[in-house]
Amino acid sequence: MVVVSAESVPVKSEPDVVAVRRRVREVSAQLGLSLVDQTKIITAASELARNTIIYGGGGTMQVQTLNGPRVGLRLTFEDHGPGIPDVALALRDGFTTGSGLGLGLGGSKRLVNEFEIVSRLGEGTRITITRWK
Amino acid sequence: MSEIQLNQKNGTLAGVLGSHMDKILAEWLREMSNTVRRSDLIKESDLRAECSRFLQLMKQATELDGNNFQSPAFDGVRDMLAEISRNRSQKGFKPSETATFVFSLKRPLFNEIQAQHKGDAEGMAAGIWSLTELLDAMGLYTTEVFLKSREDIVRRQQEELLELSTPVVKLWEGILALPIIGTLDSARTQVVMESLLQAIVQSNSRVAIIDITGVPTVDTVVAQHLLKTITAARLMGADCIISGVRPQIAQTIVHLGINLLDITTKSTLAAAFSVALQRLGITFVRETVKS
Repeated sequence: MVVVSAESVPVKSEPDVVAVRRRVREVSAQLGLSLVDQTKIITAASELARNTIIYGGGGTMQVQTLNGPRVGLRLTFEDHGPGIPDVALALRDGFTTGSGLGLGLGGSKRLVNEFEIVSRLGEGTRITITRWK
Repeated sequence: MSEIQLNQKNGTLAGVLGSHMDKILAEWLREMSNTVRRSDLIKESDLRAECSRFLQLMKQATELDGNNFQSPAFDGVRDMLAEISRNRSQKGFKPSETATFVFSLKRPLFNEIQAQHKGDAEGMAAGIWSLTELLDAMGLYTTEVFLKSREDIVRRQQEELLELSTPVVKLWEGILALPIIGTLDSARTQVVMESLLQAIVQSNSRVAIIDITGVPTVDTVVAQHLLKTITAARLMGADCIISGVRPQIAQTIVHLGINLLDITTKSTLAAAFSVALQRLGITFVRETVKS
């Protein structure tokens, strides 16, 4: 696997979510993902970026374009918030500690090809999602 | 009055401005013409009048309260700086160009103070130091006002955009349409919901079509906001139809697991309109036109 390009986007406040979506749209269009795949990863990025802000207290998004053997887009959301005590519970549909629908985390997992979540209490959370072409 | 006292008076900013105003004005204008005079944006005569008025105000202020920019004596100077800064922001000056209006006054004034303090190094240093502090404070002030006036413009535009972007359209007696374009965030939803509910009451409508063709991303927050709006409309006795669901949006909603099952959705506004007409029992008949 070859990382073709990598960049970091700040995810600090609500307007950043719009910037995240715009950036992911640009990169995924450049990569030549289909419209459906573009929409899927943009939506997943939107969910995770908002989680990073609301539950993680802000963080960053790494954007990596991958090439060889497959072309794909990998996004890594990282925060230094309180962490998730029970990841399995957090992934369950309808579960939320906030005021949302409780579908964002599980939903974004279903929207991408690869989903990895690492969370340590008191240290923060890192979520990596990948969508292959 | 002894000669030393006279010199001290002459050495202050007020003294310098009082006795050499014309010379300072001329040098200042020359200084600006070398750096930032934008003859394309401001007329020579206007600039001269502006500078002359500014020096007068500065003279009055420094006579009253030395070089203390924060004191009430400088109110006139501050007002004028703010006015200049705002005007130039509208005319298209860059903030650095506006600040340089103040900073280019440094050399002419330094020269004068230097001349007044011949052979008195300490007095000269003190004079120049307090002058630098004053001019820096003024320069920063113009930048602050500049930024604030820009922020005001941005905020006003945001508010206007919010109002503009959520029109409620009457399609038929009893049928409303609400085309949403752009992101549906919390602030936007509030405006959308208010204008929709108000329109439902005013027009006594029974069906409202929410068209999301112009919403690029439907994530859980957008869906939640849509559901809230629909629930509120239902409480007012109006049924909602969502139209403009594109294939990629439909797939995304399914993967996210959002339940829209008890809401009528259509891919096009035309289809939604036809459903709305049906619900109201309105039918159209195509008549053959006799020629």
